[in-house]
Amino acid sequence: MAPYESWGRFIASHPSSVVPLRWRDSLPPLSEGPYLAYGKGRSYGDSCLNNGGTLLDAAPLSRLIDFDRQRGIIHCEAGLTLDALLNVIVPTGWFVPVTPGTKFVTIGGCIANDVHGKNHHRAGTFGRHIVSLTLVRSDGNQLHCTPNENAELFAATIGGLGLTGVITTAEITLKSIASSDIDQEQIAFTSLEEWDALSGESDASHEYTVSWFDASRSPTRGVLFRGNHAAEGKGHAQRPSVSLPLRPFSIFLQPASMRLFNEAYFWANARRRGVHRVGFDPFFYPLDALANWNELYGKRGFVQYQCVIPTAAGLAPVTELLARIREVQSFLTVLKRFGSLPSPGMMSFPKEGVTVALDFPVGGPRLMPLLDDLDRLVAKAGGAVYPAKDARMSGESFKRFFPQWEAFARYIDPRFSSSFWRRVAYSGP
Amino acid sequence: MNVAVIGATSGIAEAVARRFAKERARLFLAARNPAKLRAVADDLRVRGAVEIFVHQIDFADFAVHDALIAAVRERMPTLDVVLIAYGTLPDQKAIDRDPSAQVAAFTLNATSVISIASRFASLLEDQKSGTLAVIGSVAGDRGRRSNYVYGSAKAAVHAWCDGVRGRLERAGAAMVLIKPGWIDTAMTAHLAKGPLFMSADSAGAAIHAAITRRERVAYVPVWWRAISFALKMIPSSILARVSF
Repeated sequence: MAPYESWGRFIASHPSSVVPLRWRDSLPPLSEGPYLAYGKGRSYGDSCLNNGGTLLDAAPLSRLIDFDRQRGIIHCEAGLTLDALLNVIVPTGWFVPVTPGTKFVTIGGCIANDVHGKNHHRAGTFGRHIVSLTLVRSDGNQLHCTPNENAELFAATIGGLGLTGVITTAEITLKSIASSDIDQEQIAFTSLEEWDALSGESDASHEYTVSWFDASRSPTRGVLFRGNHAAEGKGHAQRPSVSLPLRPFSIFLQPASMRLFNEAYFWANARRRGVHRVGFDPFFYPLDALANWNELYGKRGFVQYQCVIPTAAGLAPVTELLARIREVQSFLTVLKRFGSLPSPGMMSFPKEGVTVALDFPVGGPRLMPLLDDLDRLVAKAGGAVYPAKDARMSGESFKRFFPQWEAFARYIDPRFSSSFWRRVAYSGP
Repeated sequence: MNVAVIGATSGIAEAVARRFAKERARLFLAARNPAKLRAVADDLRVRGAVEIFVHQIDFADFAVHDALIAAVRERMPTLDVVLIAYGTLPDQKAIDRDPSAQVAAFTLNATSVISIASRFASLLEDQKSGTLAVIGSVAGDRGRRSNYVYGSAKAAVHAWCDGVRGRLERAGAAMVLIKPGWIDTAMTAHLAKGPLFMSADSAGAAIHAAITRRERVAYVPVWWRAISFALKMIPSSILARVSF
C-alpha cells in the first residue's frame, strides 16, 4: 500500500502513525497531534509530510454528494481525485475549472495548495471556483466556510497548506465544455523576448497556454503550447496510466542524454504546424501516462523549484534566472505567464507575472547553493517560491516571500502542523 | 439491472457498488448506520445509479430478515445480482477466553449471513436467474491462531455456498463466492499495511468482474489462491506452532 511519500522523494517520510478518514461526519477524535491531512502525496517537498506526527489519510473520503448538472456545481468529499471527478463530469459536458499538470491529486490538495493551471490568465487559481467547503477542526467543530460565512477561515484554508484543519467536503463550480477534446497548437521560439510576445498574444486567443524551455541553450529556445476546448466532437477515449519499474533507468537522466532529449523534443515539436485535435489527457496530463515517473530520478529523488517573478520587475530577473541555471542543468523547464485575477486565498502563491518551474535531480554540491541564490533573486524581484513544490527554502526566504505568514498563523489549528511548516515558520528571524 | 447490496457501507461493497452505479443499475442498499448509508447512496446516485432504495437493518436481529427480503421484493420484481458483504473482524486475542463474544462474532459472520443468503437463494432459484455473490475470506480456507473465530465462520459460509451453488445452477442462477485476501478497508484499519494489501478500489473492480463473469470461486487478488493452497498443505503440527 501507499508509503505516504511526497512526490520528489527527496525528504523521507516517517509519520509516527497514519489514521484513515472514512466518514465525513464521524472523523476519529483529534485530541493529540500534530495532525496533517494527506491526499495523494503529489506535493513535491514536505508540505504534505508530517514527520513524527500523524497523517490523516483522506483517500477514503472519495464520495460525491451532489451534482447540479444544470448549473455545473459539484459537491464532493475532499479525498476525491480529479481523475475520479473527471470520469463522472466529462461525459455530462463539464470540466474542472482549473487543473494542475496531474489528475492524480485530491480536491482537498487542490484547495490547500490553491493550485493553478494552464488557464491561470483566464480562470485564476482553483480557490476562485470554490463555492463552499467544510473544515473540521481538532476541537470537533465542523465549519461551513464560504466567502461570507466563516470568511476568514475560508480565506486561510485556500492555500493554507492543510494547516487550518481537515477539509472534508467542497462545492466547486465547473466549466461547461462542448467536447472533451482540445484543439492544440505548438509554436517554437528562439529567445525569451520572442516567447514574451508570443505568450501575450496567445493568452488573448487561447484558454490554455504553457511553454517548455530548453534551458541548456543560450539564448534559450523552446516551444509554446496553446489550446482551446474543441467546439464539437465526441472526444478521444481516456488514456490508461501505467506503472513501470523505472528506478534502474535513472542512469539515463544525465546532462548529456538530457541535451539529446531537448534537441529531439525541440525539433519534433518545432516541425509540427497547425492545429491538432487531441484528447484532454495528453494535453493536460502528459506525464500521467507513466504513473510513477518520479522514480526516473532514482533513489535520491529530485527537487522542483517554482517561483513567480512579478510583472513589475520586468523580464530581466527571468533572463538572469535562466542564465544561472545553465551551470546546474534543470531537466524540465516550464514557463507560464500568470494573469491578474486575484485569489481568495490568504497564502496563495500566484501573482501577476512570469512563473518558472524547474526540476533538478538531487546530488552534486552546486545545487542547493544555486537555489539559495535563486531565492535571493526572486525576493529582490518581489516574487515568491511555491511551497507545494518546495523542499529546501530557508525560513528567512519564506517569510520574505509570504510576509502575511504571521496573520495566517492565527488561523492554524493548534493541533495541526507539517514538516514544511516546522521547517519554515520556526526558523530564521 | 437490479442489484441488491447487503452491507452496503462496507469498504468492499461500496467499491463494487460504484461499478454497478456506473452501469446505470437500480440499487437496493441495506446497512446498519443510516448516516453512512445516506453518504454511500448519494455517491452512487451521482455516479450514475438510476434509482436507489435504502434500508436500515441490524443484521444480528434475525427477526427482521424476512422484512428485508420483503422490502427488496417490493422494490425489485426481479433481481440480477445480490451481493452479501457485511461482517465483523473481531480482535482474536481479546476474545480468546470470551465464549459469548466468540458466539456473537460467529453468529453475525456465519449464521446471520446464511439466514439472509438462504432467503435470497430461494428467491433466485424460483426466479430461475440472477447471481448470488457472497463475500467469504481466505481466512476461511484454514483455521489460524490469529483469527480462527472469523475464519471458522467464513469456512461455514464457504461450505454453505459450495452446496447451494448446485441448487442455483440447476435453476439457471449462479453462486459467486468471493475470497478476499488483505484489503485496505475499515475492517483492517488496525493492521499494519504491507505490500500484500490491495486497495478497496482495485478489489471492487476485481469483484465486479468476477460477478459479471459468474466465476464460481474468486480469490481477490488472484494470487491468494496460491497462498491459500500452500496454507492448506501445512501440517497441523507445524501450524500449531506459528502465531499468524
